Amino acid sequence: MESFDFPFFIEVLVGGLLSGIMYSLVAIGFVLIYKTSGVLNFAQGALLLFAALTFVSLLERGVPFWITFAVTLAIMAVIGILIERTVLRPLVNKPPITLFVATLGLAYVLEGGAQLLWGTQVHGLDLGIDDVPYVVGGVFISTFDLFAAAVAASIVLLLTIVFRYTRIGLAFRAVADDQFAALAIGLKLPVIWAAVWIAAGFVALVAGLLWGARLGVQFSLSLVVLKALPVLVLGGFDSILGAIVGGLLIGASEKLAEVYLGPFFGGGIESWFAYVFALAILLIRPSGLFGQRLVERT
Amino acid sequence: MKHYGAKALLKGAVLSAVAAGSFATAAIADEQFFPLQSYRVGPYAAGGTGFFGGTIDYFNLINTRDGGVNGVKLTWEEGETQYEVERGVEVYERLKGRPNIAAWNPLSVGIAYAMIDRITQDRVPLITVNHGRTDSTDGRVFPYVFPLLLNPYSETSGIINYIASKEGGEEKLKGKKIVVLYHGSPYGKETIPIYELLKEKFGYEVQQIEVPHPGNEQQAQWLAIRRYKPDYVVLRGWGVMNPVAIKTAQKTGFPVDRIIGNVWSNSEEDVIPAGDAAIGYTAITTQASGADYPVLQEIVKTVYDGGKGNLEDKKRIGSVYHNLGIVNGILNVEAVRIAQKRFGNRTLTGDEVRWGFEHLQLDPKRVEELGAKGLFHSINVTWDNHEGDGLVTFQQWDGKKWNVVSDWIAPDWKLLRPIIEKSAEAYAKEKGIKIRTSEDADKVTELQGAASSAKN
Repeated sequence: MESFDFPFFIEVLVGGLLSGIMYSLVAIGFVLIYKTSGVLNFAQGALLLFAALTFVSLLERGVPFWITFAVTLAIMAVIGILIERTVLRPLVNKPPITLFVATLGLAYVLEGGAQLLWGTQVHGLDLGIDDVPYVVGGVFISTFDLFAAAVAASIVLLLTIVFRYTRIGLAFRAVADDQFAALAIGLKLPVIWAAVWIAAGFVALVAGLLWGARLGVQFSLSLVVLKALPVLVLGGFDSILGAIVGGLLIGASEKLAEVYLGPFFGGGIESWFAYVFALAILLIRPSGLFGQRLVERT
Repeated sequence: MKHYGAKALLKGAVLSAVAAGSFATAAIADEQFFPLQSYRVGPYAAGGTGFFGGTIDYFNLINTRDGGVNGVKLTWEEGETQYEVERGVEVYERLKGRPNIAAWNPLSVGIAYAMIDRITQDRVPLITVNHGRTDSTDGRVFPYVFPLLLNPYSETSGIINYIASKEGGEEKLKGKKIVVLYHGSPYGKETIPIYELLKEKFGYEVQQIEVPHPGNEQQAQWLAIRRYKPDYVVLRGWGVMNPVAIKTAQKTGFPVDRIIGNVWSNSEEDVIPAGDAAIGYTAITTQASGADYPVLQEIVKTVYDGGKGNLEDKKRIGSVYHNLGIVNGILNVEAVRIAQKRFGNRTLTGDEVRWGFEHLQLDPKRVEELGAKGLFHSINVTWDNHEGDGLVTFQQWDGKKWNVVSDWIAPDWKLLRPIIEKSAEAYAKEKGIKIRTSEDADKVTELQGAASSAKN
């Protein structure tokens, strides 16, 4: 019998954890919206595509990097405000499924709009970080993945500071706790929703750039939401910490499953294994590992 | 500023209006119609815009320069499929009743599979250039399906022959380790048996690893590859899977010049997103890239300078997909021309065009006359060989463009033919299909398209 290759196991595990961070980045965008409005924003992938395509198209037209970043962020902010005005506001007090379907439609509009505006061509995106591996004790660790992990950590830190120590963060939390109570004490729901969609746009831009540097900026970017969904199921739809832990767990488990269980199933199992894993957790904890438990009185 | 999307949208609106009008039912004389199940949006839009752009550019060249094929104008209508099978079938259902259909060109294995029974009933050719079902090469069983230039088994043989030439001969393959990294789809899985079979012949070791669709995450697969320590990795990818494979190879320390891409992993769209990681990557092709060929120069002069070019971004003229589209246009047009020699310079039925494809023999001299010398080598389709023995070459990416790095290489057709026949005969038995003879192949019906299936 072949002996267990421990360094290889560590390599798969570390690679999986780092991949999981990339999933978390996408999942955080979902959490932001869900936390404050109870909407599963299916358009997050489309936002990511729109942001990355806008960024790379401006960059290719010779606009300097940071100006491009600022302009794209401004465009994402405008989109956030428009979404609040044209989609969310008219649907206030409608059932969550209505809002979900609205974001589904929004995803098509954004995907089509991005391609209408910038074309369908595939673009390369170089963020100046070589994706060459570090070798630590015979284990290969990707420089780019480490960079992505650092960016994800910074975003989580930033969001934590905003949520905990700023007035708008306090308002976010109030709305997340109870929308009607927040309205009753005079908080302006439309302003908060617009702000949170802008924040989701920012997360989409950062995630779009990192995923775009890895995949190329192309339509497939909008499909990365498929990687975020099991993360959300596992970590909980309303917890940023859950998005991070869920990402790590999903990333590590799907990679280990692919390598060690894949050969028994003919390979290619990681895409569905993540969902099976998340569903198994769902059976035990319906709100996910960190999601808020709903108590309904009848 | 113009963009693909805007143009495609406008085109879609106009075409829908046209389709809804009387045009759809009226038979028009001296026209040959090509329904195009294209994809200009969605994850594979880059391939779709290039390929269908190339085919349409060539049709436009024939119409503008020559007034059509011997006076018969070429017409076409696009239907958006987004590379999805159900949409492709929907487009088929919408357009199958149009008069004067010459051939279908879906550029999708899934859509092609879904159409085989339908077009066989309709008696209209289905062209799957460089892809499709391998055993459809056997025209005895698949009279209306044409995997022109290169079927998946020939591609595999060509790749193995190329690796052998790099190693210094077939005998050097013995003991070599090869990994095939394939797309988790019917297309990706098509070549699994042939790699195993060639292993028996050449004595190499092979490990075949699946990447789930769409292939935007391949860490686990490449770590497994690193552990296996192969001499070569054959990349049988599609779309986003290709640049991700190249980048992940770099991330896991696998040398890019040991990766050989298949015919759907050989475009600019596959390497540009991978950046410098793709420098030195090699891939098989049936047609060279570049715009220096006379036919491309004529397209630029006659079609683009006349404002009729299909590609919005002129920098894509001469790209891999665009050139494949042009070659596809040449093959379709020449099949019509050859059929006209027998049936007259008029609009042909689908079955007559099928006869034309079954006599599509373009030797290097004829290819040169068409302005395509060096663009592709030759083709020799017969009633029972629907692939046509296309030769392949290999190209290497230098960071800016593809450079040809091999001569034209012939796959091992003699080895492959019995396997193809066996598979086709099994299909015929399963479906109760009578195996055709050359006499059967020479008979044609004068009924058109769906009308012929209604009659039969």
